[in-house]
Amino acid sequence: MNILASTVDVWTMVSVVVYLLIVVYLGWLGFKRTKTAADYMVAGREAHPLIMALSYGATFISTSAIVGFGGVAGLFGMSLLWLTMLNIFMGIFIAFVFIGGPTRRMGHRLDAHTFPELLGRRFDSKFIQVFAGGTIFLFMPLYAAAVLIGGTKYFATQLGVDYNAGLFIFSVITATYVLMGGLKGVMYTDALQGGIMFVGMAILMVWTYVKVGGVVPSHQYLTDMAPLVPSKLAAIGHQGWTAMPKFGWGGPQYNLWWTVVTTIVMGVGIGVLAQPQLALRFMTVKSKRELNRAVPTGGIFILAMTGVAFTVGALSNVYFNQHGDPLTGRVIKSINEAKGFAVLQIVKKDETGAWVDVVDAKGEGKKAPVTLTKDAALGIKVIDNKEFPIVQGRSISVVYAGGDAEQIIPTYITKAMPKWFGIVFLLTLLSAAMSTLSSQFHALGTGIGRDVYEQITGKHNNTMFVVRIGIIIGFVIAMLWSYYSAQSSIIIARATAIFFGLCASAFMPTFFGGLFFKRMTKAAAISSMIVGFAITTCWLLLVKAQEAGALGLVEKLTNGKDSLLAGKANWPVVDQLIVALPVSILVAIVVSLFTQPPSKEHLHKCFGEK
Amino acid sequence: MLGIQDKWVSLAYILSIVSTLLCVIYGFINWNKGDDEVD
Repeated sequence: MNILASTVDVWTMVSVVVYLLIVVYLGWLGFKRTKTAADYMVAGREAHPLIMALSYGATFISTSAIVGFGGVAGLFGMSLLWLTMLNIFMGIFIAFVFIGGPTRRMGHRLDAHTFPELLGRRFDSKFIQVFAGGTIFLFMPLYAAAVLIGGTKYFATQLGVDYNAGLFIFSVITATYVLMGGLKGVMYTDALQGGIMFVGMAILMVWTYVKVGGVVPSHQYLTDMAPLVPSKLAAIGHQGWTAMPKFGWGGPQYNLWWTVVTTIVMGVGIGVLAQPQLALRFMTVKSKRELNRAVPTGGIFILAMTGVAFTVGALSNVYFNQHGDPLTGRVIKSINEAKGFAVLQIVKKDETGAWVDVVDAKGEGKKAPVTLTKDAALGIKVIDNKEFPIVQGRSISVVYAGGDAEQIIPTYITKAMPKWFGIVFLLTLLSAAMSTLSSQFHALGTGIGRDVYEQITGKHNNTMFVVRIGIIIGFVIAMLWSYYSAQSSIIIARATAIFFGLCASAFMPTFFGGLFFKRMTKAAAISSMIVGFAITTCWLLLVKAQEAGALGLVEKLTNGKDSLLAGKANWPVVDQLIVALPVSILVAIVVSLFTQPPSKEHLHKCFGEK
Repeated sequence: MLGIQDKWVSLAYILSIVSTLLCVIYGFINWNKGDDEVD
């Protein structure tokens, strides 16, 4: 067994090294072909549709989606498929068919090289460009940290190193690569990485459905497991892994619905339309035809990524309930005797050979919902003169993942998939992380270099130096986030949703208004961005319990509460997007109506003849 | 439907696949359109 393990380690290392060499070669190829600012910033505006589609998809989908949101699906179930639907319908179809064309046209007309520059030039405002560039520079590290944590959690499991060592290795590999080239190199490597991701996830989907008994039988088995939902999750509205959480407004039994629908589904599903690093991709093609040709690849790619990750995450419960290592314990509650569903108090033998209860970190008895095996009792435990048979049962994913939802996918891959797939999946996640991180830091670097430094100083000679310093600072911040917040509950999904939601609230009304409404004014764009940004940050600091509680400001203001609206219906779990985006849109409309419309000359410059 | 307990979850499962098909069909119908837009 040890020989096999060490052989796999050699193969793992060889695969990673070969993969990195190919990535470095493609990055160098792109670097060699990068001659102008347009090459560095928008890949020379001549990207091939297949490369553009894979680059868009690989940038969009990261370890956050696969490990973070896949793990959330393992915990909350298939209700996350609404996010897959929005990812494909909004993130690909609406984005490419309705947003991509106007973005590409206006980007070319105004010779914009970055997303903030597009907004700034459309409204003839230096402030907008600086504000958007600064926002990206400050908040992108949060999203990058989500990607780093997702990659590191699997990387560390697969290589058998601890989390901090994994984080360091993973960060150094990706930072070196990110600093190398501009968008041309990034897009070449994205296409390779997108291909690897597609193959890895396709194998995972087929293998999983075969392993758990086929499409409909596995779904039915998962449906029948509903009574095994842990009581803490049932109390906030979890009704099973193939059901939506309980819908309503008021009591804590509706909290999960508001978390899943407003933060996880809408936060990311709508926020995708105003992602700076994705909107930039539309400016890299030379005509609408390339966008049309990119749509099929984009749609299939996203289905193969999030559709597979969320379905496999949920179905991992079936695998563990059928094939997981049996847990040993005494029944403390029978849920359904006919089906063998029960809650076990986990036990182990002490040094004298007697059965003793296992306790968790808080000193409470460790319990697990299980399906009991048909095997005979292993022994007897006597408590208060009562005899309890010691039995075995198989539990659900989150129990096997040690209570950490974000370990569900790594644990599933390690336990359920063959050894060779561990290497394929390692490359899949490495690809997913690197393709997203490179674009995040490309956006962050150009945000601080071109959008902030150049606009404020008026100098153009040191931009690339500022870009690279910005990337290094951003990387250090992202690593610190990853180091300090890795243990926080479902942090990957939350951090991603915060960034996507912020982009939606601060940028979307200005972006869409700029593309489609000639009447929108500079004052309206500035007001909308500031209001969207302010409401988002205030909501996170003062209302959203998980974030406000962790940040600590609201506790000082309210003597220990985790939200200003604690106890007021479901407000503490409602996402900031639900409040910030409508207000931001309303401000854009109202201010436009009361301010001077832009000049005809300026509109002609932005929109041309049509 | 499909062994899934809740019709809203089945709908999400089906709509994800339908959206993908929509992308594929749109792309192939418009494969050669849009190059007059050429900057």
